[in-house]
Amino acid sequence: MRLFKKSAPEANRLEATIGSGDSGQALEAKSLSIFYGEFEAVKRLSIGFERKKVTALIGPSGCGKSTALRAFNRMNELIRGVRTEGEVSFRGVNVYDPDVDAVQVRRWIGMVFQKPNPFSKSIYENIAWGARINGYQGGFDELVENSLKQVALWDEVKDKLKESAYALSGGQQQRLCIARAVALKPEILLMDEPTSALDPISTAKIESLLDDLKKRYTIIIVTHNMQQAGRVSDKTGFMLLGELVEYSDTKELFFNPKDPRTENYISGRFG
Amino acid sequence: MKPVQTARYPEEARGALSFGKRFRPHEAVILALLFFCAAVSILTTLGIIVVLGAESSALFKEVSLWEFVSGTSWQPTIGEFGILPLVNATLMTSLAAMLVALPLGLGVAIYLAEYASERVRETLKPILEVLAGVPTVVHGYFALTVVTPALRGLFGQESIEVYNTLSAGLVMGILILPLISSMCEDALSAVPRSLREAAYAMGATKLETSVTIIVPAAFSGIAAAFILGLSRAVGETMIVALAAGAGPNLTLNPLKAAETMTGHIVRISGGDISYDSMDYRSLFAIALVLFLATLALNMVSRSIVKKYREVYE
Repeated sequence: MRLFKKSAPEANRLEATIGSGDSGQALEAKSLSIFYGEFEAVKRLSIGFERKKVTALIGPSGCGKSTALRAFNRMNELIRGVRTEGEVSFRGVNVYDPDVDAVQVRRWIGMVFQKPNPFSKSIYENIAWGARINGYQGGFDELVENSLKQVALWDEVKDKLKESAYALSGGQQQRLCIARAVALKPEILLMDEPTSALDPISTAKIESLLDDLKKRYTIIIVTHNMQQAGRVSDKTGFMLLGELVEYSDTKELFFNPKDPRTENYISGRFG
Repeated sequence: MKPVQTARYPEEARGALSFGKRFRPHEAVILALLFFCAAVSILTTLGIIVVLGAESSALFKEVSLWEFVSGTSWQPTIGEFGILPLVNATLMTSLAAMLVALPLGLGVAIYLAEYASERVRETLKPILEVLAGVPTVVHGYFALTVVTPALRGLFGQESIEVYNTLSAGLVMGILILPLISSMCEDALSAVPRSLREAAYAMGATKLETSVTIIVPAAFSGIAAAFILGLSRAVGETMIVALAAGAGPNLTLNPLKAAETMTGHIVRISGGDISYDSMDYRSLFAIALVLFLATLALNMVSRSIVKKYREVYE
């Protein structure tokens, strides 16, 4: 199956095959810099994300963690005046290669946003829509059921699949958004502060989902809640003023930080 | 250096505070003035309704209501007051106008809201608004002297009459286009960014996002635009008076001349008719029908917006 568009004569290099892939990184950024006009929001970020692990990016507001996350599936291009330099390597392809089709990149690198943003459609259609536009062949009923089961929402909504998604509570809407993303069987799931608009109970539900979801997907989660990063992630990166200050196993970063700035942040002295 | 402040509030000078009620007459005057402004438009509307009702009821003493709404011939000189030919012509021109204005207007709106760059949008929008400012008599003249000859060239001189509802309707569509596109563009732009992001993040193209996510999400606004446009078309006068035809004619053929309700009122009230005659009163009855039709359309449009407005978190 083709992951990337084939238009240029030597576009074979942009093809990758579906499969377990090599055991290396699922996604890797190499000297990634992102500018809003003149302002450099992310400064030469180099970081690799391990397959089927949860990696958290933490840091105070404005440290560039969300901007970096949105660069991984080229979402920043939808904002005027954003310029990206450097490389993001996915499946051996630099997604910023001029011949790469951003639509195809986003199809394999899904995203969940800060606020739940279901479509103004039925619960069923919220999930079926993405599959349909991406040419899914097979039973949509089955796909909807499986996707909702993966986010533990099936039992709550199975009798009202035809109702509007806006009839759900905020926490349910966010789980629907996750279901919608996993219905595409993405390789990577980017989560941009997915619980910051939710109450503690809904937050706990989503956090407990991540343990299940990481069996199938590589998850990168941005959060400014350090406790959350500690609870859900295997690895954590700490960003400050656009730079990656420290990146290591979550336990290591929280209990034995190498950089004094990391220590100051996690001990609550700023941010 | 400490700032020195010599000016004082009156209470400071007097050395006492007072919380007693003050008399402020200008507040009451302003209130009355503002209320008057609001009342003028409401009273005018009420006055129009009263006059329309009174004059038409005089007609309905002579002509039965059933005869009025179901009669197929409008010939006041021989006492035939069937409004159907006029209503039919109004519906035909309005339908033609909407067939032009809705697809074009929605297309323009999608282009402006989803595709156009900031610069293109800022040039195009004012141009569209200028189009809305062209006097309708110019549109009517344009229909008669440009569009009809063009249509006749296209379909043959014999098949199209000099006055016809098709050409009036098409030009009316152009007239309504700015209204429709501007309202649709507002509706599309009001769809939150987060919905677009959600769609793009799932590997949707721009077209898929615009047509299957943004347009349905803006449905209520688009429907309201459509109905307001229809209401405008029903009430539009100058174009149909000039280009659609002078003489009631019950026909479903858009290539033939037919007179709309508005067109008929213009022609008859411009001529010399005597007050207190049946012809004179019949104009008020037509006006009442027009008024009720546009009122109903506007109310439907409002209720659609209310009923289908999506509540975005």
